[in-house]
This record gives sequence, structure tokens and C-alpha cells, in this order.
Amino acid sequence: MAEKETDLIKIRKILEIMKDNDLVEIEIKHGDEKIFLKRSQPQQPGVVAVPVHGPVAAGADVGVGANNVQLPVKENSVAQQEEGLTEIKSAIVGTFYERPSPDSEPYVEVGSHIEPQTVVCIIEAMKVMNEIKAETSGTIVEILVTNGQAVEYGQVLFKARPD
Amino acid sequence: MLSRVLIANRGEIALRIIRACHELGIEAVAVYSEADKDAPYLHFADEAVCIGPAESAGSYLNIPRIISAAEITDVDAIHPGYGFLAENINFAQICQDCGIGFIGPPVEAMRLLGDKVQARKLARKVKVSVVPGSQGTIEDEAEALNLANKMGYPVILKAAAGGGGRGMRVVHNEISLRSAFSAARAEAQAAFGDGSIYLEKFIVEPRHVEVQVMADEAGNALHFFERDCSIQRRHQKMIEESPCPVLDERDREHLADAAIRLIKEANYVNAATVEFLLDKDKKFYFIEVNTRIQVEHPVTEMVTGHDLIKWQLKIASGHKIKFRQKGIKHNGVAIECRINAEDPGNNFASCPGTITRYIPPGGPAVRVDSHVCQGWTVSKYYDSMIAKVIVHQRTRAEAIATMRRALREFVIEPIKTTIPACLDILSHNLFVRNEVDTGFVERNF
Repeated sequence: MAEKETDLIKIRKILEIMKDNDLVEIEIKHGDEKIFLKRSQPQQPGVVAVPVHGPVAAGADVGVGANNVQLPVKENSVAQQEEGLTEIKSAIVGTFYERPSPDSEPYVEVGSHIEPQTVVCIIEAMKVMNEIKAETSGTIVEILVTNGQAVEYGQVLFKARPD
Repeated sequence: MLSRVLIANRGEIALRIIRACHELGIEAVAVYSEADKDAPYLHFADEAVCIGPAESAGSYLNIPRIISAAEITDVDAIHPGYGFLAENINFAQICQDCGIGFIGPPVEAMRLLGDKVQARKLARKVKVSVVPGSQGTIEDEAEALNLANKMGYPVILKAAAGGGGRGMRVVHNEISLRSAFSAARAEAQAAFGDGSIYLEKFIVEPRHVEVQVMADEAGNALHFFERDCSIQRRHQKMIEESPCPVLDERDREHLADAAIRLIKEANYVNAATVEFLLDKDKKFYFIEVNTRIQVEHPVTEMVTGHDLIKWQLKIASGHKIKFRQKGIKHNGVAIECRINAEDPGNNFASCPGTITRYIPPGGPAVRVDSHVCQGWTVSKYYDSMIAKVIVHQRTRAEAIATMRRALREFVIEPIKTTIPACLDILSHNLFVRNEVDTGFVERNF
């Protein structure tokens, strides 16, 4: 009981930080504890809080730092196309990066298999590196943007063949 | 001079700013929502970036996306237009923090004048008369009652953070004040996230007169005369004109001088409009400062021959105003009618829809500022204004005649617009005889 109350206080504090900084998504890991919070839109009050307890599984998605802003990819932005391919679109305006650092391997290449939680690229917006997740599963068949390119809202970044 | 400017707005004002940029050799970057992706004016921009969905919260009001768009397009400055983020202090501050110019006042001046309680204090300090009212925000009902009894009814309750007529209540006696106070406070809290309320004497049948001011970074502040915006419906302006037909030279000079004192005291830079109420005895009372360009700025442009948007861009580029007040001349009479996609026959309900036939007016003395064309769909997501018709003539009677002729030429089908309502006003004998006030429309239509 006492533990739950502490959690609530903690979540409330994090929510305040999110509101003050207009953050949409936040993930905090501390030892075995992981808290992931996501708001639907920066201006909307609706908040979904998902406190996660217990050991974090090895290989779980790489932590998104507390200062990162990540805009949710809208459901309708992953639209089913005629040829049966899924489009992964940008929900942010910014600069597209295919790899975490200049000398790393790209997050994905044509032929890579992706899961909804797979990070496919980074989009830099307001000096913040936002990791973009696939939100769909399948195989990447086409990459429509090049490293360092400016991308706008709704721009198609990847096409994937669903499993 | 700035070399590249992003326009954080849409519709006619986005097009208006693109035009001014291009005349000064500045590249214009437009941003747009998915609802505006087919807007013809986007083709006039040097670059256009989609920033979000139709809902303004995800696009034209979304600060991170607009700043990101400014960064990827490498602009020097952002012009906010009017509405949306134009008077958002947080946005201006973020622009400053990101090293992007904000085409508008410095953050401090905006903060000072944007808060109506602070602005009234400043006005008192420079001996500009304000509507008698509370010194600051009203704390409780007892204070409201005490004050109202002292200054006499009717009084008006206003939200400190309000604007555009929202968050206001006129109260005629003690009983209605008791019930209105808590309601106004709750309304202000819900609408603006700030429940601060202040109370003022309600001036009966005033005219709304405002002074256009432009100030540079060197501290020069000049006025471009006044506009009379008394033709309003529910505090929304419908028709504006310059000059204010009831002011004589002396009144006009006093009014403009008051506006300049206030703007200078606030260390203001760029375009501002200082709004006043003018009572039956030609006494004027300061109400508020709009820290941005206004919808009705073309009225002033026509009578002074100065392009105010170009002035905004030049001042933001660090240019000084090199002439004196006497160098600005007022010529003739200009009138503007706002054409909204609203049905005057159905309580001005908004009328979104596709325009299948569009023929704008033309001919001598007529200017049309609009982003609309045949095939354009008026979106339900945004303000209903689709065009502004401005006429400029030597006399008021000629201007009214030209405006009536122009509005009769204007074809916008099949959606309903405010054109018939504007025509009715222009033909009303009280308007023609110039016996109007801010309650004219509600009383007569």
C-alpha cells in the first residue's frame, strides 16, 4: 500500500515535469524499476500512465532519456497501401538520421526485420534526438529519405512488407 | 535585411506576408497543416513545410513543430501573423532562446502589455486615461460589490488573460453581479487557465477607436493614425474605417499622443495597436494593446500609403524609421469589410464547404486580400474569415458607394457569407449618417 502511494506521488511529479516541458512521452529506469508515461497530445490533458515493476528484460528497448521528446506516431499514419506495403511516416518535423552516431551501423536497412518497438531512425527536432519506432512489424523494403535530410509531418520514411 | 523568414500562420495573412517578403527580396517559407496542403498561396512561398494535422494544436499552435520547421529551413526569423501564436509570450521566448528572430515586440514589452492589469497600470503612469475600474485583479465578491457601488452600474467583468471578446460579462445591478462573479471566474479559468478577473465601469454606447503605432529599436515611435472599429457583432469586428469620422484634429492628436506615450514607456518595438473606447463626449479611455499586426491593418495602409508588413520586416531587420511624424500623411477614407464563411440568416453559424464559384470584385479603389479561389474548401478547423475587401476614396460617402458596388460584384457560391450582412449595414441610415457605436449591430440587426 505504502509503496503504491509513493508511486503515485512519483508519477504526479513526473507528470508535472512533462506538462512544464510539453513532453509527450517519458521513460525512466532506476534499477529494477521502469516507468513509462505517454500523453496523447502536448495540449491535451489526457494522460496514460503505465508504471512497470519488476526486472527489465535484457534487450528491452534502449532507454529514452528523461529529456527526450517523442511525439506518438498516429495510428492512421501507418496506412495500408494498395501494394500491400505499410508506410512508416514521420510524425515530427525535423532532420532524419539513419544511425545513432556517424560511425555506427544504420538502425535498419532494406531487408531488416522490424517489430513495433524497433527503432528505425532518429529525427532531430529542437536539438533533441527523437528515436522513431516502427509501430508495425515486417521487413523494410524501401527507404525513401537520405541521411541528414529534412523531413516534414506525414512524410513517408520507410515502406515495409508486413509479416 | 533579413534574408529568409518563416510564416507561422495560414490563409490571407500568410499570403499577405509572403507578398511583403518578396517585395523586399526576402525568401518566404510557409508552413501548413494537412487541411491546407492544396492552398494556392503555398506555391508563392519559396519553400513550404507540412507541420501537422488539421487540428491547430498539432500544427499552427504546435511550437516544437514550428521551431523545427524554422531550423530545417534555416530561416533568420519567424513572422507570427495574427491569431495562433502571435501573442504567445512563451513562443516569442523560445524563438529568442533558439536564436531565431521573432517579428514582433521584445518578450518583456509583450509581457508588460499583454497582461491587461499591467497595461492599465502603465497607462495610468503615463497619464493615459483608463476606464474606471479595479486597480488590479478582484479577489472576491465583496471587493467587486464594493467597487461597483462606488463607480455605479453598469459594470463589466473581464478575464485578465482574455481577448477577442471572450471572458466578458456586463452586469447591471448588485444581484446579477453576485451571480456573475463566480461564473466569470470559472469561465476564465476554463478558457485561459487563469481565473484572474478585473472589473470596469461599462461605458454606454462607446465607439471603438484604435491607433496604429510602429516603433523601431532606436526608440523612435510613430503613429499611423486611427481606425474606427465600432461595427462589431459579439465583440468581433465586421467593418473598420479610417479616419474615425467623429474626431476633430485636436482629439485625433491627443489620442495618438496617448498611444505613443504608452508604447514608448513599454520600450516597445515593431507594430502595435493601442485600443480605446470613445464615449459620447469624445473622452477616450485606454482598453488594451494588441502586440501584433491586426486583421484590419490594410485600412491604415490605404490612407497612409505605408506598407505595414514591410515596416515590420524592416524594423525586425534593424532598420530605423528615418522620417518624422509629420512625414506620415492621412489621405481620404478607407473602409474594410471582413467576409466570413458564416450564415447571417442562421445566427452567423459558420459555413464550411467547397467554393464552386468565386469572382472577386475589382475596379478602381478596391483591394481584396484573400487566399481563396474557385475550388477552395473552407475548413471547419479554422477561423471563418475568407476575404477582406478594402476600398479607398476621397470621402466617406464615396467609400461607402464603392464598397457597396464591390460587395455586389463579389460572388462566393454556394457557401453562405457575411456579404449580405455587410451590405445591410452599409445601407443603414445610421451607418451612413455615422451615428454608430459598438452596440449598433446587435441593436439593429
